[in-house]
Amino acid sequence: MDFKLKVWRQRGAGDKGAFANYDAKDISPDTSFLEMLDIVNERLIAKGEEPFAFDHDCREGICGTCGCMVNGYAHGHQGGTTLCQFHMREFQDGETIWIEPFRAKAFPVIRDLVVDRGAFDKIVQAGGYISVRTGSAPDGNAVPVPKDDAERSMDAAACIGCGACVAACPNASAMLFTSGKIAQFARLPQGQPERIDRVRHMVAAMEQAGFGACTNHAECEAACPKELKLDCIAQMNRDLIKAALVK
Amino acid sequence: MATKVMTFYGTSIGKKVVMAVTGFIVFGFVTVHMLGNLQVFSGPEKLNAYAHFLKSVPAFLWTFRGLILISAVLHILAATQLTLQSWSARPQGYAVQRYRETTYAARTVRWGGPIIGLFLVYHILHFTTGQVHPSFSDNVYNNVVTGFAVWWVSVFYIVAVAFVGLHLYHGVWSMFQTVGLNHPKWNVWPRVFAVAFSLAVFAGMVSVPIAALAGLVRPV
Ligand code: FES
Repeated sequence: MDFKLKVWRQRGAGDKGAFANYDAKDISPDTSFLEMLDIVNERLIAKGEEPFAFDHDCREGICGTCGCMVNGYAHGHQGGTTLCQFHMREFQDGETIWIEPFRAKAFPVIRDLVVDRGAFDKIVQAGGYISVRTGSAPDGNAVPVPKDDAERSMDAAACIGCGACVAACPNASAMLFTSGKIAQFARLPQGQPERIDRVRHMVAAMEQAGFGACTNHAECEAACPKELKLDCIAQMNRDLIKAALVK
Repeated sequence: MATKVMTFYGTSIGKKVVMAVTGFIVFGFVTVHMLGNLQVFSGPEKLNAYAHFLKSVPAFLWTFRGLILISAVLHILAATQLTLQSWSARPQGYAVQRYRETTYAARTVRWGGPIIGLFLVYHILHFTTGQVHPSFSDNVYNNVVTGFAVWWVSVFYIVAVAFVGLHLYHGVWSMFQTVGLNHPKWNVWPRVFAVAFSLAVFAGMVSVPIAALAGLVRPV
């Protein structure tokens, strides 16, 4: 298959950046999107040109490192998948493909398609954990958890922190990410002691990072490779209202 | 947990809760308003008596108007702050951005607000204070019927009320989500409620100008 690529090139935060055109010829339909980028980059290197930078690590959809906007969709148009698990057979032969970094004030571009998602780390550091004594692991099933709660907690915990929710949101809001981390703990007994403090601190960290305000478009839910749902956001809203009512 | 916590209103969620509560108050008013309008179909005596009753206790009337006005002001204030926050959150937009889930109602909810606001100024000058009404009098029934007999006024009303309907649809659904009433088990009900109510309000409201244009209600 042949493609025409329009790839965002930007040397760093200070640079204005612009799209550059590349031809991707003779690409197997079974190539993953990132492998296609590798092939184009290798050809650039062979010609003595500078390859473009993009983020990736596990390439099996579990680490959350990869991701850019592909033809206007975060992680491409397939849905429920990361960019590394997305294949060129999803495109038409000869198609023009626009490749842009995830854009948000809180995600500054480092280079080309690579953005700094450190704002997510700040949100997690603000309360995305439970405080326990470390030591030997507790006995399995020592704390009973209702099945429904366990499953809904696992659904929220599936978040890999890729930032597609922010990228796809018309408001560049981080509500789905933050609420996923909150819902994961709010649905388990271990999360209860710090529940109120957690939501206060994590929401504050989210706001201070400069993300936008949610208007319930649900684009985050549609873009999430791990299919987190809007009920996580409702859970966070509920918990923050509760936090405002106590004390 | 080192981050400095914020006041409830300082967070975007707090502002959205203010929007949900004030929106709910105005939504309640709009629903009652629509039901009141339908009395035009019961004839001039009924509608004029109802209008008279609403104004009979000034203290009651002004408390009610004050509540609506305060709600509207808070709703607009929070909406403006949230909009500015979102605009600054993506200084550089995408060359290509496609949507899969959002609705027309959701995308127009911000601009629907100011449009409805401008319409309300006209609406009050038209039917409440009468400055822009061609033949304003104490007879509310006649004001309604002769006001809507001008075709372009009616068309303008119908378009404006369509915006109200869209705003209500996204607003009512969002209200549930914002205050945290969303659960996978009964997720569809807020949607159903939002569709049913915004359609009912739209249909009830536009039935009056349509009836006036069709000559089904006539001046007395
Ligand atoms: S590279 Fe790890 S999720 Fe794509």
